[in-house]
Amino acid sequence: MEYFVQQLVNGLTLGSIYGLIAIGYTMVYGIIGMVNFAHGDIFMLGGFAALIVYLILVGLFGGIPIALALFIMIIVAMLMTGLWNWVIEKMAYRPLRGSFRLAPLITAIGMSIALSNFIQVTQGPRNKPVPPLVSSVYDIFGISVSLKQIIIVVVTAVLLTIFWYIVNHTPLGRAQRATEQDRKMAALLGIDVDKTISITFVMGAALAAVAGTMYLMYYGVIVFTDGFTPGVKAFTAAVLGGIGSLPGAVLGGLMIGLIESLWSAYFTIDYKDVATFSILAIVLIFKPSGILGRPEVEKV
Amino acid sequence: MANISHTNESASSNLMARALREAFYAGLVAIGLFVLFVGLKTDQNILNELVLVQRWGLLAVFVAIAMVGRFLSVAYIRPWLDARKAAKAAAPTVEREAGFVARNFSLLALIALVVYPPVMVALFGFQGSLKWVDNFGIQILIYVMLAWGLNIVVGLAGLLDLGYVAFYAVGAYSYALLSSYFGLSFWLLLPMAGILAALWGTILGFPVLRLKGDYLAIVTLAFGEIIRLVLINWTAVTKGTFGISGIAKASVFGIWSFDVSASNNFAKAFGLPMSSAYYKIFLFYLALALCMLAAFVTIRLRRMPIGRAWEALREDEIACRSLGINTVTTKLTAFATGAMFGGIAGSFFAVRQGFVSPESFVFLESAIILAIVVLGGMGSLVGIAIAATVMIGGTELLREMDFLKQIFGPDFTPELYRMLIFGLAMIVVMVWKPRGFVGSREPTAFLRERKSVSGSFTKEGHG
Repeated sequence: MEYFVQQLVNGLTLGSIYGLIAIGYTMVYGIIGMVNFAHGDIFMLGGFAALIVYLILVGLFGGIPIALALFIMIIVAMLMTGLWNWVIEKMAYRPLRGSFRLAPLITAIGMSIALSNFIQVTQGPRNKPVPPLVSSVYDIFGISVSLKQIIIVVVTAVLLTIFWYIVNHTPLGRAQRATEQDRKMAALLGIDVDKTISITFVMGAALAAVAGTMYLMYYGVIVFTDGFTPGVKAFTAAVLGGIGSLPGAVLGGLMIGLIESLWSAYFTIDYKDVATFSILAIVLIFKPSGILGRPEVEKV
Repeated sequence: MANISHTNESASSNLMARALREAFYAGLVAIGLFVLFVGLKTDQNILNELVLVQRWGLLAVFVAIAMVGRFLSVAYIRPWLDARKAAKAAAPTVEREAGFVARNFSLLALIALVVYPPVMVALFGFQGSLKWVDNFGIQILIYVMLAWGLNIVVGLAGLLDLGYVAFYAVGAYSYALLSSYFGLSFWLLLPMAGILAALWGTILGFPVLRLKGDYLAIVTLAFGEIIRLVLINWTAVTKGTFGISGIAKASVFGIWSFDVSASNNFAKAFGLPMSSAYYKIFLFYLALALCMLAAFVTIRLRRMPIGRAWEALREDEIACRSLGINTVTTKLTAFATGAMFGGIAGSFFAVRQGFVSPESFVFLESAIILAIVVLGGMGSLVGIAIAATVMIGGTELLREMDFLKQIFGPDFTPELYRMLIFGLAMIVVMVWKPRGFVGSREPTAFLRERKSVSGSFTKEGHG
């Protein structure tokens, strides 16, 4: 039983990271109906930004409190990847808006290849290990919970609350929802659609940057290829939860995290990704719109 | 008159001011983008700790490029493009008769390909031609074959498949495994690999029949990853990440062999000096023949009811169903036929490399093949072949750019930039020509005259 709860805690941590990335996928998909394939690499970029900021901080002020360092890392990484995604959207996706559906998908795949290779070229192809930032472990009823797991879950929960508030209770969120429902009508009613879409990309990237920072803190290592697998899994999570739905993305992320850690705990760790992908396929075959997604109405 | 010239002048000075302002902003943005990633580099010191190396000069170069680029684009390129567009709109469109080269492009290209190996041998000698025939010729032909196979699924039937590399892997591994465990010959296994891949195409096609668009894409991606992960982890059969090496070479229909020790060795039989170039040239012609087979099948199938059904499915699935077309068999045959060519290409790949490992079948390969299909203008065989040549040949060329070492110093390795440039090229080509290199489709069925419609009039698959 304790072992099971232990795995639940691990899965929850992992799932939080996936959920944060999945929100970026689901929002972009919701608003312009495009699979932003480069989002996983934006996540990786966020991790690298956090890594470099950490090294700067340690270099400048050796004994900086870790909480403050983490805070600065998160903020800078968010700004950085937000700017990146803003530029990427403007240069690679906006010219193709209104073109056929595959076109932005192809540029997004190209962008994903370009981003990971950009980091490989500029930062080198090797693993980048950092010393453990947070190492305390607490024992709660026989279950060991590390401080970093608590940080990850808490930060995710706080961000999701803020985010949920923005989408549901601010003029910006209203503009986003309106653009999602009917872009032309929203534009006619005075919403700056281009700006709204840009902000959506920036928000998605900022959450991915937080996920990247958490990933770096949790695993203590990052490499330029790290965008792909978490990216695909987060996309899987978004689809599993019902793409376009925000609670769905979080739910999907948590489910993927749980599936992964429980499978690794009780079956063989080698096939954990196979399990994830198989469950995705099974869910989609029986419920193609995902768990919380609305079925798409086909218009003739 | 004076008035007009005055406004012109103020407009151009306005333009300059705007261009300068935009360039300034671009510079700021570039600083923001690159300050961490280019300005600083994480390196490991002797203690294996990460340290930062400062590269502010390089950052300045990046920012300068961004500023100059933005300035030129706003001040000169944009107005020039607008002027050209206006001129084009003003001038009446004249139907031009296609030139001799354009009309006979496929035939000329085929002749050029047939004479390609002898020309290379004549130019560089047997040993020198290896690189050109193998790295360029065969490599590009494999991608052409794969892209033509995927074209059936994506371009004709409109089913977005992101896991096509799975069938490539099935073909490669079925040849590698069956030939090393049972010693079967290439000529038996080539069609068998195709059939096995087609079988897998059908098996994987069944569950996704109800899915559309991006959902279909993600499930096919998942299948591709599952097959790769199984290849990695099923070490008892596939030897995992080590891969299978020492795969038997192909022979000329069993008559002449290319094994050095064999008594019926090709070079010995004809009394030629020993060289590995013969095998490569043979493989080149084999790849060319397989490509021609793929093209022939595609062209013929498009005229058959099944091909028509694929294209109808691409344009509108509901209309298709209401006209009594069985969408289940239509989708499954598209998956199976596409997969078959993937499998054939895979077994050819295995025989060419003599070594297969899961490394060769990552998602990136699927992405590259899909990019070639889309960049070539989905559905157009010639366009796809051009796209494959440009994208694969172009990135392959980077390996040859040794002269760059003299400019950037001996540490400069152009290979490192290969995929970076490939990714950027995908974006640039897509933004510049969203409909691909050959953006029009020939209708397969027509009433009185054959009219090419612009690609923008045809719908892409949502299927």
